[in-house]
Amino acid sequence: MSTLSFDIAHLLAGGMLLVSFMMIYQTRLYALLNVFALHAVMLALSVAWQAVVQDAPHLYVTAAIALFFKAILIPGALHRIIQRMGIHRQVEQVVGTGATMLLGMGLVALSTVLMLKLTSGSDALAREDLAFALSIVLLGFLMMITRRNAVSQVVGFMSLENGLILAAAGAQGMPLVVEISVAFSVLVAFIVIGVFLFRIRERFDSVDVTVMDDFRGEKR
Amino acid sequence: MVNLVLGGALLLMMLGLASVVLAGRAGASKIVYGASALLSALVAVVGLVFLLSLAPSSTLILPIGLPWIGAHFRLDALAAFFVIVVGFGSAIISIYSIGYGRHEAEPWRVLPFYPSFIGAMLLVVIADDAFTFLLSWEVMSLLSWALVLAHHREQAVRSASLVYLIMAAMGTMALILAFGLLAGPVGGYDFDHMRSVAESPLLGAIVVILMLVGAGSKAGIVPLHVWLPQAHPAAPSQVSAMMSGIMTKVAIYGFIRVTFDLLGGAAWWMPEIVLAVGAVTAVMGVLYALMQHDLKRLLAYHTVENIGIIFIGLGLAMAFRHYDMNAAAALAMVAALFHILNHSVFKSLLFLGAGAVQNATGSRDMEEMGGLIHRMPVTSVVFLVGSIAISALPPFNGFVSEWLTFQAILLSPDLPDWGLRILTPGVGGMLALAAALAAACFVKVYGVVFLGRARSSQAKTAQEVDRWSLAAMAVLAVVCLLAGIFPGFVIDALSPVSHALVQSSMPVQTTDPWLTITPVASGRSSYNGLLVLLFIAGSASFAAWAIHRFASRGLRRAPAWDCGFVLDAPNTQYGAASFAQPIRRTFGTAVFRVVEHVSMPRPGSTAPAKFRVTMRDPVWDGFFVRIGGGVGWLADKANRLQFLTIRKYLSVVFTLLVLLLLVLTLWN
Repeated sequence: MSTLSFDIAHLLAGGMLLVSFMMIYQTRLYALLNVFALHAVMLALSVAWQAVVQDAPHLYVTAAIALFFKAILIPGALHRIIQRMGIHRQVEQVVGTGATMLLGMGLVALSTVLMLKLTSGSDALAREDLAFALSIVLLGFLMMITRRNAVSQVVGFMSLENGLILAAAGAQGMPLVVEISVAFSVLVAFIVIGVFLFRIRERFDSVDVTVMDDFRGEKR
Repeated sequence: MVNLVLGGALLLMMLGLASVVLAGRAGASKIVYGASALLSALVAVVGLVFLLSLAPSSTLILPIGLPWIGAHFRLDALAAFFVIVVGFGSAIISIYSIGYGRHEAEPWRVLPFYPSFIGAMLLVVIADDAFTFLLSWEVMSLLSWALVLAHHREQAVRSASLVYLIMAAMGTMALILAFGLLAGPVGGYDFDHMRSVAESPLLGAIVVILMLVGAGSKAGIVPLHVWLPQAHPAAPSQVSAMMSGIMTKVAIYGFIRVTFDLLGGAAWWMPEIVLAVGAVTAVMGVLYALMQHDLKRLLAYHTVENIGIIFIGLGLAMAFRHYDMNAAAALAMVAALFHILNHSVFKSLLFLGAGAVQNATGSRDMEEMGGLIHRMPVTSVVFLVGSIAISALPPFNGFVSEWLTFQAILLSPDLPDWGLRILTPGVGGMLALAAALAAACFVKVYGVVFLGRARSSQAKTAQEVDRWSLAAMAVLAVVCLLAGIFPGFVIDALSPVSHALVQSSMPVQTTDPWLTITPVASGRSSYNGLLVLLFIAGSASFAAWAIHRFASRGLRRAPAWDCGFVLDAPNTQYGAASFAQPIRRTFGTAVFRVVEHVSMPRPGSTAPAKFRVTMRDPVWDGFFVRIGGGVGWLADKANRLQFLTIRKYLSVVFTLLVLLLLVLTLWN
């Protein structure tokens, strides 16, 4: 593999990681959705570049799925949900931005050290890719537990899933059917979560999940 | 040959199924017990023929069980010996039950489980892969649990069976871990693979400790014995005999199979642990027994003691094998195996005798018995034989195996390891103490139960038990005597077993003149059971004649109005508690924190004076109560986990994930 293609792959995956960090400090919901769309675009680019490098045409399909569903359809749908619920003004965060960023950096360091250590036998591209992917997964998880609003938890989950796709694209020989099924399962999850959002809201007049805790009689 | 044993075991299990249908009918118990006796006896004969013919081990693989593993069965010398122990003991106990089973109020609670229990024990012994072994072991545990629960309407029985169930589950878990370690990363679960792999000393030590917990808890080593004196007496008497006499031996079989056969070798300090555990078990068991006045519970504690003696033999065999002292290892191994056989015989005999006594007097409390030698002459004779045997007195079998154990202990100065050289004489001292205390305990049992005057109206009107029961007990008593007089034959029969386990056998005994046995060398020590029997018979006859001649018929002077007795009330006799008092005061205050309370009435009051003894079980209080408290505390704390918010659950998962990743990072 030439140095240039490696550098570009590195750049795109690193870009995704950077966007993940951007998501962590977005406190406004609309901005969060925009950043998430950017995240998905970066994923599509990254996967498409892998398709070029590995000469694997089925990865173009994966990239297209990512671009269509995650960069356009899901952010658009979430946008409409927020509009209909009228919660676009809400600002919410459980842990402060600074602390979350520090935690995120720690997670990136951990996953880099771990992945570089574990995959010492494989080629450089896959190693870097896996390290980035694990970082993105952990950051998505971190986002899910540091947010209170159900919408941003959904976004965290989606970005976590983007990290998985990135890892799958980096590993050579992953069949297309697996990727498609993963993409569709995410879509189904999105629909289910969307439905749930409305049900939660109908019942509690809010999508803030702490209200559900109050409902269970465990106000904290 | 293994297919015959397997067939016998499966037939016994099917008999258990059939008796579900039969159990309600009259005469069912006779059929089921009779068929069990027949099948067990046939299986025992197969084992005996196999052992004596020195046949090569016979294997069988059935395509059932885990995929790609199947069910392996194997009959080798060790398995054959235990097939004999299980088959012979079960046959005799079943014959006893033909008569005794009539007294069972609800036979359908016992009959279906009884033959299946025998079958499961046989399967454990012939199993040749970890899965079959564990499955049979678990079936054995559960069936015996169901048998313990037969009289489930009593609260004590229910709590005993609960303790038993928990201990059995814990023991099986330890066994699973041990077999997992033996199977290694490649997962070779058949015993052949485990034999071929040599484990590192540390791994071997862990396996031995897990086996001590797993098999030892079933056998009843201190401090894992707590379930045994509760569960064994709670079952019907024939089942108590089965559990104490036979199932504990199957547990020891598991220990021997793993530590001597499957395990390549263990760390050098392992024999010391086994020896120490054995010595503590022997002494603690007999001390517990001395404090007891419940006949069956006392016998159960004596099982604990004898398991300790067997483990001392096994520990010595491990030590000698570790330092390649082959002749000594064979001696220690044969001593342990001989004691296994002996204990299964005389403990079955004693439990069956206790069952007969319980049936006749309606009680297990020794303080309500007395004078039964007049009402139950045959039972009292066979019980006396069992008592002498378990007290390790010549000319019966218990003496021979304990004497062999002592001979092995006397060889310990030749060991190169200083720790063992210092420890083993101490163990010998403990063994001697246990033997002496056991003799004291059975003087108490026999004196209180069979001698003196009846302490209750039921004891006064007790009836001798039926002929089936008497015949079974008589057979066991005769075996006790024969094995004591002709130990050379037993030792020679055991030599293939010891050869398979420690790669050496004891010198052939039956070629010695006049049936003498010489375990090491003729200049060192020898024992002749026949000679001792003749001497005892002669001197006892002479003493009896002399007493009758000079004491009974002699002229005696007594106070004029007492007729020889000061007060004619049975409770003025020496009771079980009074007999045990000196020993209770000597050992009990330190071990059991015994306190004697005497409350005297005020002068002039007509209230009776009261004497009360309180004691604490150090193992139960110091070990199990604390563990129980710890589990409760932990459950209390963990209960909060049930009421977290979704975000907190996610945080817990996330933290755990990050921690695992960290461990992975630092580990490699």
